[in-house]
Amino acid sequence: MGKSLFNWVAGLGILFVFWWFGGYLIEINPDTTNFKDFGPIPTFKAFPELFAIGKIQAAVTTSGYRLGAGLLIAIVAGVPIGIMLGRSTVFRELSNSPFQLIRMISPLSWEPIAVIVFATWNGAIVFLIAVAAIWPVVFATAAGLAKVDPAWFKVARNLGAKPWHMVTEIILPAILFDILTGVRLALGVGWIVLVPAEFLGVTSGLGYSIADARETLSYDHLTAMVLTIGVMGYILDSSLAMLIKRYSWHHAR
Amino acid sequence: MEKRNGVHINIKDLTHRYTAKSPITFEKVNIEADPGEALVIIGRSGCGKSTLLHILAGLLEKSSGIVRLDEKDVTEPSSHWIMMFQAPHLFPWMTVEQNVGTGLRFAHWPEKKMKKRIAEVINLVGLDEYAKNNTQDLSGGQQQRVALARSLVMEPDLLLLDEPFSALDAFTRATLQKDVRAISKQLEFNLVMVTHDIDEAVIMADRALVMAGSPGKIVHDFKVDLDDPRERQDPKVQAMRASLMEIFHHAAGVSADDSNMEGDDANQSDIELAGN
Repeated sequence: MGKSLFNWVAGLGILFVFWWFGGYLIEINPDTTNFKDFGPIPTFKAFPELFAIGKIQAAVTTSGYRLGAGLLIAIVAGVPIGIMLGRSTVFRELSNSPFQLIRMISPLSWEPIAVIVFATWNGAIVFLIAVAAIWPVVFATAAGLAKVDPAWFKVARNLGAKPWHMVTEIILPAILFDILTGVRLALGVGWIVLVPAEFLGVTSGLGYSIADARETLSYDHLTAMVLTIGVMGYILDSSLAMLIKRYSWHHAR
Repeated sequence: MEKRNGVHINIKDLTHRYTAKSPITFEKVNIEADPGEALVIIGRSGCGKSTLLHILAGLLEKSSGIVRLDEKDVTEPSSHWIMMFQAPHLFPWMTVEQNVGTGLRFAHWPEKKMKKRIAEVINLVGLDEYAKNNTQDLSGGQQQRVALARSLVMEPDLLLLDEPFSALDAFTRATLQKDVRAISKQLEFNLVMVTHDIDEAVIMADRALVMAGSPGKIVHDFKVDLDDPRERQDPKVQAMRASLMEIFHHAAGVSADDSNMEGDDANQSDIELAGN
């Protein structure tokens, strides 16, 4: 445990050394010295300022809301679709090619259409995240269902299970682990889509803050926001990894 | 736990085929059993004995004939007649207790009453110290005990057993055979078990029904008139086993001395295959 903690800190340390060295090279070169604020020291100095004016909190809250709403839609729609995909051969065969086709469309290419369809930019961004995040949830749910022992249904039926019991007592607990794994992938994709989606139209959120910092040439703010994106993503992903561990019933024997 | 007194089993002219085009699995099967009686149906693989059990459990539809338990037609599964399978099929995300309580949760039992019942049944199958364990940490025999408890918790009138001990080692199998029979006699519910193990039939049955042929038929109804507890080494048990073996081999069309039928069809066919 002590060793892995050490390696965790050391890994981050190495990253920061590289960053610092890159910043140093930029600073000593007269052609690029204007960009020296990209380095770690100006960036870390920018954090207290950004916190004091509430910029980071506001951006994180707004982006978090958009991501959360998009993910929620992806889960609410994706899990039932995944269950149908796993349970019904007809549905699986019917939906295979349309799903594969739609899945391969880059989520961001929906942006012009989303902007026309949705009244607000906010709505459009949530839609883009949902469109990107739904597929990992759908396919992970279906894959989880494929591993469900059919005899569990027979046993449950014999023990007096009603049809909804099959879903609440058998299917969901059996595949919760797979659903969460899908949500973890979905979170990654959603987080990637979120930032570029916020470059256009809106005046809030992490993506906007980065675009805004570039316009105003405040490179320390820009890097601070980029770092915030990384840290937030890392925290969200780790929390889901913990949840997955908690709900995994697959025993290593 | 309360005594149930079992059910009267009445199967008349029961015939089954999987689809209109598939061959008849078995035909005109007639079985009658008194409340509390333990029946063991023995037969080689493929004679339809497991199908018969599924129909009796209401898990499979019959093609024609009558299947009645206490004058009530069996058309769907019920928690009054519970089936145990070859594998325990426990729910691996639940603890032993939670597995055992599954049927009670489906029936919305109040928490306190449920806990009491679960504890009683876990005690009955001898798993007290494992109540909070994850089922994946248990041995095969212990897992099958959990499956037994999960069935018994519903206080069934009839326990249907589809070769539930065949995957276990000899010692565990012998202990479970005796325990299940003892519990069925203590709580007075019916047993109907299918197996291809003659020893198992002699240890567990009040009556052994020999099923053979294709389509399958009940060709012999053999009373296993022995006192409990039954020990394998007991000369009476040995004699009973010899008689049943004779009948079984006669019915199956093989002479008693051309094979050493120890209830292990798989090994035997392996040898035959190797011989060819």
